[in-house]
Amino acid sequence: MDRQIRRLGLALLALFAALFAQVNYLQVFAAQRLEDNPANATRQLIAEYEVDRGSILAADARTVLAASRKSSGQLKYQRRYPQGPLYAGITGYYSVIYGRSELEQAENEFLSGDAPQLLPQTLADQILGRPKRGATVVTTIDPVLQKAAEQALQQAIGGVSTGGAVVAMDPGTGYVKAIVSIPTYDPNQLSSQDPAEVRKAWDQLTHDPDKPLISRAIDDIVPPGSTFKLVTASAALENGYGPDSEWPNPNVLDLPQTTATLENFGGEHCLGGVSKITLAQALQISCNVVFGEVGLALGADKLAAQAHAFGFAPDASSGDVPFDIPFQEGVFPDASYFSDRLPAVALSAIGQDNVAANPLQMALVASAIANGGVEMRPRLVQEIRDPTGRVIESYAPEESGRPISAATAAELTQMMVNVVRAGTGTAAQIPGVAVAGKTGTAQHGEGQPPHAWFVAFAPAENPQIAVAVLVLDGGSLGNEATGGQIAAPVAKAVIEAALSEGSG
Amino acid sequence: MSQATLPAPRPRQRAAIALTILALLLSVGAYALVGLGKRGHLPIDLALYGSLFAVGYVAAYLLIRRFAPWADPALFPIAGVLTGLGFAVIFRLSGGLAAEQATWVVVGLIAFAATLLIVRDHRQLDAYTYTIGLVGLGLLLLPIVPGIGRTINGARLWVRIGPVGFQPSELGKVFIVVFLASYLSAKRELLQVATGRLGPLRLPSAKHLAPILVAWGASLVVLFVEKDLGASLLYFAIFVVMLWVATGRAAYLIIGLLLFAAGAAMGYATFAHVQARVAIWLHALDPQKVFEFGYGQLAQAQFGMATGGLVGAGLGRGSPNLIPYASTDFIFAAIGEELGLLGTTAVLLLFVALVGRGLKAAVECPDAFGKLLAAGLSAVLGLQAFVIVGGVTRVIPLTGVTLPFVSYGGSSLVSNFILLALLIRVSAGSAPPRVRGVR
Repeated sequence: MDRQIRRLGLALLALFAALFAQVNYLQVFAAQRLEDNPANATRQLIAEYEVDRGSILAADARTVLAASRKSSGQLKYQRRYPQGPLYAGITGYYSVIYGRSELEQAENEFLSGDAPQLLPQTLADQILGRPKRGATVVTTIDPVLQKAAEQALQQAIGGVSTGGAVVAMDPGTGYVKAIVSIPTYDPNQLSSQDPAEVRKAWDQLTHDPDKPLISRAIDDIVPPGSTFKLVTASAALENGYGPDSEWPNPNVLDLPQTTATLENFGGEHCLGGVSKITLAQALQISCNVVFGEVGLALGADKLAAQAHAFGFAPDASSGDVPFDIPFQEGVFPDASYFSDRLPAVALSAIGQDNVAANPLQMALVASAIANGGVEMRPRLVQEIRDPTGRVIESYAPEESGRPISAATAAELTQMMVNVVRAGTGTAAQIPGVAVAGKTGTAQHGEGQPPHAWFVAFAPAENPQIAVAVLVLDGGSLGNEATGGQIAAPVAKAVIEAALSEGSG
Repeated sequence: MSQATLPAPRPRQRAAIALTILALLLSVGAYALVGLGKRGHLPIDLALYGSLFAVGYVAAYLLIRRFAPWADPALFPIAGVLTGLGFAVIFRLSGGLAAEQATWVVVGLIAFAATLLIVRDHRQLDAYTYTIGLVGLGLLLLPIVPGIGRTINGARLWVRIGPVGFQPSELGKVFIVVFLASYLSAKRELLQVATGRLGPLRLPSAKHLAPILVAWGASLVVLFVEKDLGASLLYFAIFVVMLWVATGRAAYLIIGLLLFAAGAAMGYATFAHVQARVAIWLHALDPQKVFEFGYGQLAQAQFGMATGGLVGAGLGRGSPNLIPYASTDFIFAAIGEELGLLGTTAVLLLFVALVGRGLKAAVECPDAFGKLLAAGLSAVLGLQAFVIVGGVTRVIPLTGVTLPFVSYGGSSLVSNFILLALLIRVSAGSAPPRVRGVR
């Protein structure tokens, strides 16, 4: 019997050897493959939340837009947004179910600590048994401007219209100082560790007819209306028509190929019906008829080329302006679109028809004019710091193009100063400061209150700040709204905040 | 400890003291680490459970020293480490289950002591062959009895009488092994005689083949009526193994294997859940199927062990609660996640040592009954550990049995402590000087 018992021992040993081989296979050789298995989502998520994810800070490197803190829940860290709704369009959300958006997505490699530049740090942390830490993203956002813009915009909307947006940037550097969009949402709700809570919040946000997850500042595009006359005027100036070039001033403009006509705002006859109007005057009072003529005189080719030089794209899917978070460039159709639609050329010249933009696009136009014709690449991230505070990436200002000459920029600046001094934009006047601006009151859809726009920069002689304001559906004034009345005061508030900060 | 009441420590007992203290330190240490890893401080009940294990293990040591002085010094400490580690991991999964398991540890140690005290010589048991056999068979079939049998998770392997629920098959396996050891040691000469031939195989007479067919039938009843795959497999395997150990006839192994194949094929053809088990085993990580019912738990066990890697997440620092049934069937995966390959290897080696020590006792035992008893009990432990660890790690299809001493569960823990006491008893009787009071 002893022989059988020994053999039994050997047989059992062989069975355990098989088990030993298998645990080696599972826990060492196939471990990575198993960890990466798509069905292993829960553990991957837990691993992701083991990381002390880096903070997102304002430009002052103190104001916290997003940060991680230790949690007692199943996931080790919890993402917090101290002023969630105010910065939602910048930070985005970081959700266990719905993934990430905006900077949380765009800078995820740094925030999660996976970027190659962080390898020495994460290795040291691993050896010392410390949790993996992500890098800090320092944005270009100025909290003072962001708050000022949000407050002024709220006031303009007055709880009446569907919302609006403001973008402010430094024209010299392209650093974006404020991105405000209303309605907004609270990313904290989407970053909860309770999946049921997250689903509920997501369902509410995605079913909300006002679409709070979509930023009016950078995602959505609407007709820019008369603010687009800055682009048309640029094309005119670049093509030999000076600010004093004179244009016929009929009551209405007969459009080619159709019986339709182009009217001025409220059906008025510009400047009381004088026979000729200069380009500068036309911009100052935002004369649609004259800009329709300018558009037709320039032709679709030149108009489209100028718009595309400012960053407008031929269609919504083909933009190429680099930005740190997803940005929908403005749209101005290709010249070919206009070949059998001559009336559209006149309408496009005043920012109607198929022309569309958002405040960031219009802030880029204003910035290029303010910066002597040099358009800077818009930036939202200034630098990346490793967990010890060392700067590992720094993003210097970068020129992205020269849509207009310095001369054109100077002439256009003077024309825009006149808009605020004695034109449609007087509501943006600031004592002692030359503000350059342009109003827009964009029609969209029959019977809908117009979108109110205002695009500005200041001080005109040495621009520090460029602003684009959009108040959807006329804001608190509804059908009576114009860009000058409802949007200009918002821009004024932002410029005042920027200049008082700069001088203080 | 006075020299007057206890014999002076012999070298083996010094080893027994050291190993028992080591088992105690490992058990309580693991428990303390779970508290540190999970909450950042020592468990609140450290003093309570620590002293419970200390008193229990030291009492067991003293009991073995007094009543089985020549016992193998490693057997109890090995089982003690497995029990303590299991308790720590159960505590890591659920504080409530740990409190219940602690109660079962106490009951198990009492059962251990009682077995050791009642069975002063293993050969006492040889006198009750058929009584023990009938009790074993009764325990096996008890869940079928209407009114007291309970179906849990699709298998009818529970019995509930009043407030007490238990799995009789766990205790039944001990009785069956004792019965087989007794029966086979008496009949082994007869069973060795070959009367017929089938090709190269020399076959025993039909009369002597009857027991193997009865055992096969009983296993099939367990399989078909109770739907308890694991127990069915285990019973039949242990029977064939003991028959072979007793007779040395390869024919029994081959016939057994053929009957097993036939039974397995019948089970596969008849039961959807057997087919499902095999399908899950083959396709556990198939991305097309992994979200279907039943696949997830095996996949989660693989993911948990993979996450553990070489050294594990650390006790209290992984997410073993993602693995379904982590405290019972899948406790090995939970160990793999938090203690890594080092932990799983340690557990496997502890079982190899336990089984090895048991077989050593079998070889050293002078009488045939003791040999068969120790070999059978060791084989049950080894096979049961293989069946569940192999199932969890996808070496074989999963059949739900407990990991002896480690898994949560009263019936299993108490039965295995009784099994351990019998193994220790055989080992104590296998070395001189003999103190034989009976017979």
